[in-house]
Amino acid sequence: MLNQKEILSTIEMIDQQHLDIRTITMGVSLLSCCDPDPARACGRIYDKICRCAEKLVQTGRDIEGEFGIPIVNKRISVTPMALVAGASETEDYVPFALALDRAGRTCGVDFIGGYSALVQKGFTEADRKLIRSIPEALARTELVCASVNVGSTRAGINMDAVAIMGRVVKDTAAATADREGLGCAKLVVFCNAVEDNPFMAGAFHGAGEAEKVINVGVSGPGVVHHALQAVKGQPFDVVAETVKKTAFRVTRMGQLVAQEASRRLDTPFGIVDLSLAPTPAVGDSVARILEEMGLETCGTHGTTAALALLNDAVKKGGVMASSSVGGLSGAFIPVSEDEGMIAAARSGTLCLDKLEAMTCVCSVGLDMIAVPGDTPAETVAAIIADEAAIGMVNNKTTAVRLLVTPGKTVGDTIEMGGLLGSAPVMPVHQESSADFIARGGRIPAPLHSLRN
Amino acid sequence: MNAIVTVVGQDRVGIIAAICNRLAGHNVNILDISQTILQGSFTMVMAVDLSAASAPFDSLSASLAELGREMGLSIRIQREEIFNAMHTI
Repeated sequence: MLNQKEILSTIEMIDQQHLDIRTITMGVSLLSCCDPDPARACGRIYDKICRCAEKLVQTGRDIEGEFGIPIVNKRISVTPMALVAGASETEDYVPFALALDRAGRTCGVDFIGGYSALVQKGFTEADRKLIRSIPEALARTELVCASVNVGSTRAGINMDAVAIMGRVVKDTAAATADREGLGCAKLVVFCNAVEDNPFMAGAFHGAGEAEKVINVGVSGPGVVHHALQAVKGQPFDVVAETVKKTAFRVTRMGQLVAQEASRRLDTPFGIVDLSLAPTPAVGDSVARILEEMGLETCGTHGTTAALALLNDAVKKGGVMASSSVGGLSGAFIPVSEDEGMIAAARSGTLCLDKLEAMTCVCSVGLDMIAVPGDTPAETVAAIIADEAAIGMVNNKTTAVRLLVTPGKTVGDTIEMGGLLGSAPVMPVHQESSADFIARGGRIPAPLHSLRN
Repeated sequence: MNAIVTVVGQDRVGIIAAICNRLAGHNVNILDISQTILQGSFTMVMAVDLSAASAPFDSLSASLAELGREMGLSIRIQREEIFNAMHTI
């Protein structure tokens, strides 16, 4: 029989340390829905998503009940919409977003991602139309998430796209100003976007993926934090080992849930994304893990090194626990979604520049960071360019999800509620980047992109 | 299918009897029981076999949770695989 202590420790992780499965995400290919008639294409999109994901939410609930592990979100990701909508003869892509939203509601999921365009090397006509429609699409839908990939290690950075996205982020905030600029929380600008990411807002079902697939994202900052409390003052080797062992356990659970969901939904298992995804709840924070390593406040000197260790140990522990690891896999540092990050930002210790440094060693990028509403579009674009450069040169995924809520200024807080949390507005540099962004063109790929 | 029943709460007379009765009522066979008092609170772990159970998993789970509420205990049932996955290679 199983050891009683192990059984009780699992229950304690779930009850007191916020251990959960963050999301079961079903990826659905929409390539078969292309049609010259946009209304017919939207109908096909709605039908296909509903057909594939009909039982997703109920299956998630069943697994939750039988295994006693919370599954916080059930989500759908679809083929980047620009690839699908491009076949239709229309200038207006908003109906495609509305079709996704309707399908998401019918299936009862929390989010549906894939209102996306991949423009790292250049735009198609469809990409341009989709990007133009993002502010209105996000204002008129509830569940839809949008993402745009503006750079990659292979292709370099499309600076025309970066400039456009600076404006689109601002316009999205303005279009949802009555809801604290909530649209921005559902819009990510990527470099090196991955095709099998189960996490929002950046999830989409890549063109190289199967017809449909089940991806699972795990969580568990609280469990890692708790484990580290038992090794206070010990060397980093011990810290790394402790994180690895904990990540292994958390990921094994993710693997179990993924396989079970895959079997019940008769859908191939894709990947487990072994990420430490925080929530605004006390005791579920990545920042508090870094502080447990000996930092007074997250954001002070030493934070980047602590995060580098954490990110690496999470991967090493998780990789053996799953037959297939993918997605973003690492530690997330979204400011508004992490109680410790919110506190550190509020105290002024954690600033935008430090967060940028931290993104060199974590799994994604500048995530859920509130900046003043009057930040110029060129400055937003320049922040995107910096982040994309980190991703491009370091061969990793980086992303920017900035909240540029109109009327908000340093000292204010943006309240979004739920998993999205609340974000204290952070200052940005006042000096202009406008001439830099106005140049346009492409930043060439780095030398190490030539690996063949 | 095997599952693990865990019971945590204030010790009192008749906990095991009540739970065993409830499980027997659903035709659930008990494979193993281990029980201790941990820091003053009653802690019991049971391995049970559900292959001949007369009720589906969710109603069994609800029935045990209801018994827990009546007795002021936390009673839960989870499939065994989750513990195996987390603690064995």
